[in-house]
Amino acid sequence: MTAFEARAIAPAADSIDDVGRPRVEDLLYLEARLLDEWRLDEWLQLYTDDAQYIVPATDTPDGDPDCDLVLIDDDRARMQSRVERLNSRRAHREYPHSNTRHMVTNVELGSRRDNLLDVNAAFTVFRFRGDRSVYYVGRYLIVLTTVDGVLRIRRKRVELDLAALRPNFDVAIIL
Amino acid sequence: MTVASEPQTTAGFATRLMVDEDVEERRFRVHRSSMTSPQVYEAEVRRIFDRSWLYVGHTSEVPNPGDYVRRPVGGRPMFMVRAAKSGEIRVFHNSCTHRGAMVCRTDRGNSKNFQCFYHAWTFNTEGHLIGVPDRGGYEGRDFGDLGLAAPRVEHYRGFVFLSFDPHIVDLQTYLAGAREYLDLVIDGASDDVEIVRGTHEYGMAANWKLLVENSIDGYHAAPLHSTYFQYLASVGTDISGGITGFGRDLGNGHAVAEGEAPWGRPIASWEPSFGAEAKVEIEKIRADLVERHGEALAHRMANTSRNLLIYPNLIINDIMAVTVRTFMPCAPDRTDITAWQLAPRTELPLLRQRRLDNFLTFLGPGGFATPDDIEALESCQSGFASGGAEWNDISRGMARTPLQSDEEQMRTFWRRWNEQLQQQDSTARSLS
Repeated sequence: MTAFEARAIAPAADSIDDVGRPRVEDLLYLEARLLDEWRLDEWLQLYTDDAQYIVPATDTPDGDPDCDLVLIDDDRARMQSRVERLNSRRAHREYPHSNTRHMVTNVELGSRRDNLLDVNAAFTVFRFRGDRSVYYVGRYLIVLTTVDGVLRIRRKRVELDLAALRPNFDVAIIL
Repeated sequence: MTVASEPQTTAGFATRLMVDEDVEERRFRVHRSSMTSPQVYEAEVRRIFDRSWLYVGHTSEVPNPGDYVRRPVGGRPMFMVRAAKSGEIRVFHNSCTHRGAMVCRTDRGNSKNFQCFYHAWTFNTEGHLIGVPDRGGYEGRDFGDLGLAAPRVEHYRGFVFLSFDPHIVDLQTYLAGAREYLDLVIDGASDDVEIVRGTHEYGMAANWKLLVENSIDGYHAAPLHSTYFQYLASVGTDISGGITGFGRDLGNGHAVAEGEAPWGRPIASWEPSFGAEAKVEIEKIRADLVERHGEALAHRMANTSRNLLIYPNLIINDIMAVTVRTFMPCAPDRTDITAWQLAPRTELPLLRQRRLDNFLTFLGPGGFATPDDIEALESCQSGFASGGAEWNDISRGMARTPLQSDEEQMRTFWRRWNEQLQQQDSTARSLS
């Protein structure tokens, strides 16, 4: 492991008011790299204890997980279960793991309130496994906060631009 | 007794012995070419999908006059609309009777008319042609036969089906023993049900019949989905009972696997992950079921799970939630899958949220089980290409009253499939 790969430290921040785009991008790039390196336990540490990870259905990108059917609606405990499953070698769809590359661009900072910061970013995730190549495109709607002097992710909502998952089969990887 | 026919040629399509059943020898096997051959796939479209009742959608998806949804059904673009004046459910071929362009071009919405964007021919929600620009150019032409083409359409308790076969038996006769199970699912969900907003639209690189088998297969649950059962155990569910129950032939190719399973059911079997506050509500629903249906039927509705196949391609899984799933091949090794969630319309928000949550733990392309099913089915399809073994063995449970974990459900499907595939081609496609 190179020194670069070993680095997995979320940006420091005492208050969300001090956080500008460079530190937000540092965090999003770190998240992308940890996912691509399948360091899922470390990935999970980027999230707060009350975090949510939501992927609405492709035909209802505005879907509300409390009343609509979505693809993924994880709280922190379910995120932990998802990570344990993907680490287990018995999540057959992802054993062996896909090669993925998460690309995050077009990062825009939104409103700040109660030590929370809204972030909107575009993403592309490429997924390669066996003779299969698929990609996922969409936007991340992220809410960041600070916990004990570190920038953390409170909420990640992944709205897919894909009309359907027909060529993508599934979302067994973390987007 | 061998019920399979000998190799023969019909209408230019060479069939071979594909379903081989011998009850005395406890032999039931399916030739793997049934899942890989392009000729079989083409014959299936004509002889099975053009000659069955196929699920279109649910009436709750088009509650108001003029509401419509587009649906591919049997490999054809169709749309379902609630007629503006009569309020009846109509399903039309999505093709202008003039020169063929699709007249319904958005997935859902509300409209009084459907105007073709190519030459502006306009149809109303009954399918009648009501507008043709520059009508003078058609002097003497009677437009009466140029309404949108419609297949046969019938619905049963909100479930809308179509058939491209004008001579098919009526829907209730076709449903045979599956009707009682549809009733059980609907009555168990308080009679007034709806399709929840949000659709799972995904796919797999495997033959569609592998998904038929998988959807009613109790045998695979423990080995393939061990991570799901580990997850259940981790949230406090008692999984020691495993899955028990029976498999049944419901006639006409329909089948069910029914039994007790460890997961909670929003109607009306509480389990710890639902939280204490949901327990009171679920007990109330259960008491209501007992009052309306008696203890025995209420127990069946609340505590048992059902994986129901309505031949050929509709699955209603009344398990940790109720999913309605249909699928269609677009090639021998490629299947489009669409799934919805069915729920009581007036369900309390707390229980709806639990139901949705329960659904997602297991089901769907982001769930803890469905992706592994897809992986297994694609692995079967890849394995077929290896050759060597030519047959799939589907004989489990032939010597006993079939259990939920046996394969009688699949044999039921394959017998009907074989019967239909041996028939002469339908003329529906060439005439429509």
